[in-house]
Amino acid sequence: MSDSEKAARRVEVRAPMSGVFYRRPGPDDAAYVDVGDAVEKKQVLALLETMKVFQSVKAPVAGTIVEIVAENEAALKDNDLMMVIEKG
Amino acid sequence: MFSKILIANRGEIAHRVIRSCREMGIATVAVYSEADDRSLHLSLADEAVCIGPPISARSYLNMEKMMEVAKETGADAIHPGYGYLAEREAFAALCEAEGITFIGPTAGNLRLAGDKLAAKKTAIYAGVPVISSSDGNVPTVKEAIDICEKMGYPVMIKSAGGGGGRGIRICEDEETLTEEFPIARMEARASFGNDAVYIEKVIPEPRHIEFQVLCDTRKHVTHLGERECTIQRRFQKLIEESPSPFLTPALREEMGEAAMAVLKAADYVNAGTVEFLVDREGAFYFMEINARIQVEHPVTEQTTGMDLIKEQIRMAAGEALGYTFDDLHLKGWAMECRINAEDPDRGFAPCPGTITRYRPPGGFGVRLDTHLYEGYELPVFYDSLVAKLVSHDLTRSGAIRVMKRALEEFRIEPIKTTIPLYLRVMDDPRFLEGDFDTGFIQRFLPEEIEEDD
Repeated sequence: MSDSEKAARRVEVRAPMSGVFYRRPGPDDAAYVDVGDAVEKKQVLALLETMKVFQSVKAPVAGTIVEIVAENEAALKDNDLMMVIEKG
Repeated sequence: MFSKILIANRGEIAHRVIRSCREMGIATVAVYSEADDRSLHLSLADEAVCIGPPISARSYLNMEKMMEVAKETGADAIHPGYGYLAEREAFAALCEAEGITFIGPTAGNLRLAGDKLAAKKTAIYAGVPVISSSDGNVPTVKEAIDICEKMGYPVMIKSAGGGGGRGIRICEDEETLTEEFPIARMEARASFGNDAVYIEKVIPEPRHIEFQVLCDTRKHVTHLGERECTIQRRFQKLIEESPSPFLTPALREEMGEAAMAVLKAADYVNAGTVEFLVDREGAFYFMEINARIQVEHPVTEQTTGMDLIKEQIRMAAGEALGYTFDDLHLKGWAMECRINAEDPDRGFAPCPGTITRYRPPGGFGVRLDTHLYEGYELPVFYDSLVAKLVSHDLTRSGAIRVMKRALEEFRIEPIKTTIPLYLRVMDDPRFLEGDFDTGFIQRFLPEEIEEDD
């Protein structure tokens, strides 16, 4: 697969609004996803908390998680990059 | 009386408590997280201490740190405000162990109020009717499904450790239950540090009416009348008023007696609220005890003339109430709109951001409790409540006219707020007649977009 093919298959998952990024449902739970995991479309990838309201961040496409950019518990701005999926 | 009080909270309620302390000649200690280092409550208090990082769990919910600051600053009492540590039994117990007065109920009261099933049993013991629910905490989705199959849908998932509407989700069927259950637990943990939830049957077209009760340490109990809190969205109260347009004097007396009976049976001390659901026929059901000062307390203050924060402080210091409901000089009608940084046109999506234009309302009959100022940046970490606008007049229609005028004056830009929604409500014929149930606000909203889609 060429680099340009790879690039074309990269799907960025960005913050829909500003909020705090959580990789796991609770402090003692396993992360929703790790780099290398295969994900289904609409699978929950992370949670975003904005002013005490939580929303689940779902996979826009099926594929493989190739990058998790945002740090757990980081405050993200609207449209900040959270993770990257390589379309399957 | 106390010489120095630490206010273990932020935002408008921190202002509210500091102001009463100042009027009482009591020194104040404000606390703040790193995200709140430009908050106004720091400058209102005599001292201000940073208690940790932005995330609430590491700052405003950090009991040990809060206690450490109380001791270092020589505070002899802590006022918890609402939310955060206000209803944490462990924190009240810690205060007691450390010899610092917790301005609120006892640890035992908080355990009872926090265990909604135990609170229900107390209500039953006191002869007050209750709504059917699960037997306490429901730990897994599977158990939730089993319970709801027996109980029948619709049901609501409620935070066993919480209140104030947070962590509550309504479920029409098994599919929504499966989806909402984990989110309800997550919100419960984030807001209250406790992910236990329980399930309750839904009463159709109810009104939410609650009674403010005060209990001194000498077993004297009085109520201060009711608050009508029916205008809600997803169990978050939006508009509250006192008195309720629905209650007859006879029903008011009956419900007031019931509220006091529950708290007497609970051996309760300090300020507490007993919440009821009331159906169209006027049958009422005990819902829960709110073991704290509530967000909507100002409407009671306006109609009774009592400063509830001062009453809380007096009672915590062991002073006697010395009056009953019949002694109060009730006056007029009060209404509160909770101004939230939310967009009603987009499913009440939260709207953090920097306030570039701020013009507060004023004038006759207007009270504004807020921590906003021009240039303030609303953090993403905390509640979306940015102001409580309260109107007071001799009549309900007068209070509505004052509210409408004040809402029109209020400018908070560029963020979206609930102000435009309230302006529409103030013109609504059904609202003007006082004819509504908890589903009222739905018809003002576009089809709701699920937050997690």
